[in-house]
Amino acid sequence: MTTTSVTRPPTAARGPVPPALGARRRRHRLRVLAFLSPWLIGFAVFLVYPLVTTVYLSFTNANLVSAAGWVGLRNYRFLLEQDPYIWQAFRNTAWLVVVMVPAQVLFALAVAMLLVRLKSGAGLLRTVFYLPSLVPPVAATVAFVYMFNPATGPVNHILETVGIPGPDWFNSPSWSKPALTLLSLWGIGNVMVIFLAALLEVPTELYEAASLDGASPWQRFRYVTFPSISPVLLFSVVTGIIAALQYFTQAMVAAQAAGGLHSGAVPGYPEGSTLTVPQWLYITGFNQFHMGYACALAVVLFAVSMVFTAALLRRASGFQPQEVAS
Amino acid sequence: MTAPTAVAPRSGSAAAAPGHPSSPRRHARDNRAAYRRRLIWIADHSIALALALMFLGPLVFVLLTSVMTDQQALTPDLWPRHWQWSNFVTVFSKAPLLTWFGNTLVYAVSATALMLVSSVPVAYALARFRFKGRNAAFLAVLTMMMLPPQVLVIPMYILWARLHLTGSIWPLVIPTLFGDAFSIFLLRQFLLTLPEEYLDAARIDGCGEIRVLLRVVLPMMRPALAAVALFQFFAAWNDYYGPLIYTGEVPSQWTLAIGLASFKSVHAVQWNLTMAATLLAMAPVIVVFFFAQKAFIEGVTLTGVKG
Repeated sequence: MTTTSVTRPPTAARGPVPPALGARRRRHRLRVLAFLSPWLIGFAVFLVYPLVTTVYLSFTNANLVSAAGWVGLRNYRFLLEQDPYIWQAFRNTAWLVVVMVPAQVLFALAVAMLLVRLKSGAGLLRTVFYLPSLVPPVAATVAFVYMFNPATGPVNHILETVGIPGPDWFNSPSWSKPALTLLSLWGIGNVMVIFLAALLEVPTELYEAASLDGASPWQRFRYVTFPSISPVLLFSVVTGIIAALQYFTQAMVAAQAAGGLHSGAVPGYPEGSTLTVPQWLYITGFNQFHMGYACALAVVLFAVSMVFTAALLRRASGFQPQEVAS
Repeated sequence: MTAPTAVAPRSGSAAAAPGHPSSPRRHARDNRAAYRRRLIWIADHSIALALALMFLGPLVFVLLTSVMTDQQALTPDLWPRHWQWSNFVTVFSKAPLLTWFGNTLVYAVSATALMLVSSVPVAYALARFRFKGRNAAFLAVLTMMMLPPQVLVIPMYILWARLHLTGSIWPLVIPTLFGDAFSIFLLRQFLLTLPEEYLDAARIDGCGEIRVLLRVVLPMMRPALAAVALFQFFAAWNDYYGPLIYTGEVPSQWTLAIGLASFKSVHAVQWNLTMAATLLAMAPVIVVFFFAQKAFIEGVTLTGVKG
């Protein structure tokens, strides 16, 4: 931002503006407004309005049918003190942030580093590793529930022939989240491609210099690779966390597909182990129609995700023109 | 197999020890280094091959199961005894796949078209115009991109219900008419890389901003436009949350994602048909990917490199 102002013509900022220039500036302002107008409307109608309304509704007992009545902090008190599922949902979402996200990032980094080392076949392998990330999440989840089905699925069948008794995966409260993690590792193609591009940008002279100085592979990673890719690493971790906070589709579909008729009784089949915060929000809002309470959940989700968004935006200097122009 | 290893050690050790081209000690070290390099080459490629099998495995298992008979699909068999391709016909009679397919296509195509029209000028303004509040506007775009849709869904649902548009996909399409945050972000990142001189040349020739955008910038933007169009198309094609909220109660409006999720509950024991439907839902995505691979990879790279 700061360097771009250097190129500004000197006449623009100085002294009283001649009438012709004023008209030009007004025309410029109109043009900017015209170009931005679709998004300005979108920002007001699809962000500011619903955000303010969510906060407002969280203090009411809105339910779509009758008029919303003001209930003060009652929704929040219920959330903290009485809601039978919310803590389990928080714990599950936290599990995704603490286990699934690091697993995804490390796995993607490992795959990307492997691809960089390969001299032959890297292009084809990149395609193979990227492709699953495009598979519709619902289709991927149904496929994984089938593959990990303890009775008829191929995974436990293969494990058995090797002599390992396979767990119940999507039907076991302690294995359902690891199974979802495996599903997420299958779809790391995006992150992998981003890492790959970052790794290829690391100047090779640095590696050569490090080798000449007798650096071990670990030292080369620690002192050459890591500093060069750390912005991309941070970007992936934060966007991964934000995605984990929104985790919904796979958890919901896996519970439905694995639980069948049992999945309805307790949310987050099996035994609430796949119930995430967005899923509980959906159930309270759209199945039970406690929309005011669902808005209180939305406000909590908003607060948490803003913390992580702020962490990313603090680095927003990385998005600025002078760096990209290089 | 040996070709890459034969070339690599030469250049490496030549840099490390110039001046003793034919000493016997150097030969021994060269051989050891070449041996080590070959071992590493084999290790790298074996790991890569194993990983490739694991990444392709799910697709292969889905295909194999989708052509099994009803009985065999209930066994843990891996290989179909009879390749019952008719499953792909049967599955159309078990569920309104074509309706779901059509609904998904309408959603994805219209969302993509509207997004392109609305997002390009915004990205152009954010990247190329100088104005007060540009940084704030860009931060707002980033925030919008990061915000979980669940945070806003209840007021939006109430709003669309008042407009009598719930029970259709239009609540998901109409907002793309007002710019999509991710597409704006990605297009802006691309526009910043275009050299200003081209645009200035056009301006000197007397082009207005709109003509500059249409005649000069748009043709240069083609790779980025392809990338955002593909991302938007796939986001809509794969979307589950949106259609669940707005069409969940109206089966005639379901998209493939909703239909497929319900398919398993209805046809609980017919894994072969479930897998056939799953494969049909995956197929268009895979086909498009093979035709547009380069645009995808370039687009993904654009999102992350300068993060």
